[in-house]
Amino acid sequence: MLKLEKLNKSFGEHRALVDITTTFPEHQTTVILGPSGSGKSTLLRSLNLLERPESGKYFFDDDVFDFAEGISVKDTLNIRKQTEMVFQGYNLFPHLTVLKNIMEGPVQVLHRPKADVEKEAHALLAKVGLADKADVYPNQLSGGQAQRVAIARSLAMQPKYILLDEPTSALDPELELEVLKVLKQISTEKRSMIIVTHNMAFAREVADKIIFVEDGHILFDGPNERFFKTDNKRIADFISAMTFANI
Amino acid sequence: MWDIIVNATPQLVVAGLKYTIPISIVSFLLGLILALITALVRLSTKKGPFRILKAIFRFYVWLFRSTPLLVQLFIVYFGLPYLKIAGIAPDGIKLTPLVAGIITFSLNTGAYCSETIRASILSIPKGQWEAAYSMGMTRSKALSRIILPQAVRVSLPPLANSFIGLVKDTSLAASITIVEMFEVSQQIAAENYQPLIMYCLVAALYAVACSLLSWLQGYLEKVTSRYVTNAD
Repeated sequence: MLKLEKLNKSFGEHRALVDITTTFPEHQTTVILGPSGSGKSTLLRSLNLLERPESGKYFFDDDVFDFAEGISVKDTLNIRKQTEMVFQGYNLFPHLTVLKNIMEGPVQVLHRPKADVEKEAHALLAKVGLADKADVYPNQLSGGQAQRVAIARSLAMQPKYILLDEPTSALDPELELEVLKVLKQISTEKRSMIIVTHNMAFAREVADKIIFVEDGHILFDGPNERFFKTDNKRIADFISAMTFANI
Repeated sequence: MWDIIVNATPQLVVAGLKYTIPISIVSFLLGLILALITALVRLSTKKGPFRILKAIFRFYVWLFRSTPLLVQLFIVYFGLPYLKIAGIAPDGIKLTPLVAGIITFSLNTGAYCSETIRASILSIPKGQWEAAYSMGMTRSKALSRIILPQAVRVSLPPLANSFIGLVKDTSLAASITIVEMFEVSQQIAAENYQPLIMYCLVAALYAVACSLLSWLQGYLEKVTSRYVTNAD
């Protein structure tokens, strides 16, 4: 179980996250929604410690970390091994083939035997529909393919949580669909996922839980069904804008 | 004219093989190691006493980029014998010409290459660090596995530039009595009174050596860029 308590993060004068308290249940898909610049990406990146909030508590299973006191290098590496990030811009390693991209973490970080990892990597590639791309370099992939490789790369680490930061924002609708299909498949496998997205239809489809963030505050934190039936005016407006209901 | 060239070329080539090329290669390799260390120290995010080390390396780069190579050679070879340090070197630091030359060339090329390496590391997108960190890599692992292999590709053309520059700069070693290629050409010109032919000949030999290096550069660029250029 991943839990945050009174998380605060500022960039200079700008308060990106204000007293954020929430939980990310295991074996569920949590979707973080909100307008651009609301702090939702910062929230997600804090979970992977790519951002360091100034204060707040971070609960990971039985461990508690206090951002105000700082988190040691050892604990940081440990947390990161269990929380894999999928980025909007894929961030595949261009100098490694697709297969090597997927094997890099398990071999270099988890020190697992190469042969096992390679077998798994091939299986993961098949799972995301790219079995034939094992030996190509990332620059030969389409955006949708690259993001699916990135998802396979995160799965290869067998993390407790997969964090996806606007995974389809850089893709056109057709390519987006191929990525969303893979994510939907993963969500039905009851993995723990946390997704930042702008795609409302997708959120509605996969989310168990939805968190709505605006100006660094959580405006909604609850189950999927309740979010889409909310009587909160601001959230209703947001949903209608994002789904082009009143175009 | 042809017999002058035919007579002089073997002597020049021998001097090149004996001094110019070994000095260039040894100095460049030492310089590269120094450059990598310098770049990594200067890019380090460590604080505290480490900042003194950073300042030392920054001073080193400034010193060797801000003074002429010829003057540096003179200080190390002719000047250091007068630097008398009680206990360590009471009679001054006396170096053989070859050692003085290699030390100076290494330090000089190290200063320039450190800036190349520093810039090439900085040119790798932040997302590559983040992807490496996200999977739990330490900074040194991210550097060695993800960042440096990509930085090598970026830094290759400017590093090759530095190497080619160094090969030509070794002609300055003539001034500290090393009998390298240019020194031999001067000696022969003093005997046969054919400075035009002799200096053109030695220029041509430098050009041949540097052309070979350019070709090697092209080959290495192709190898290190295979992940970029083989898109069909």
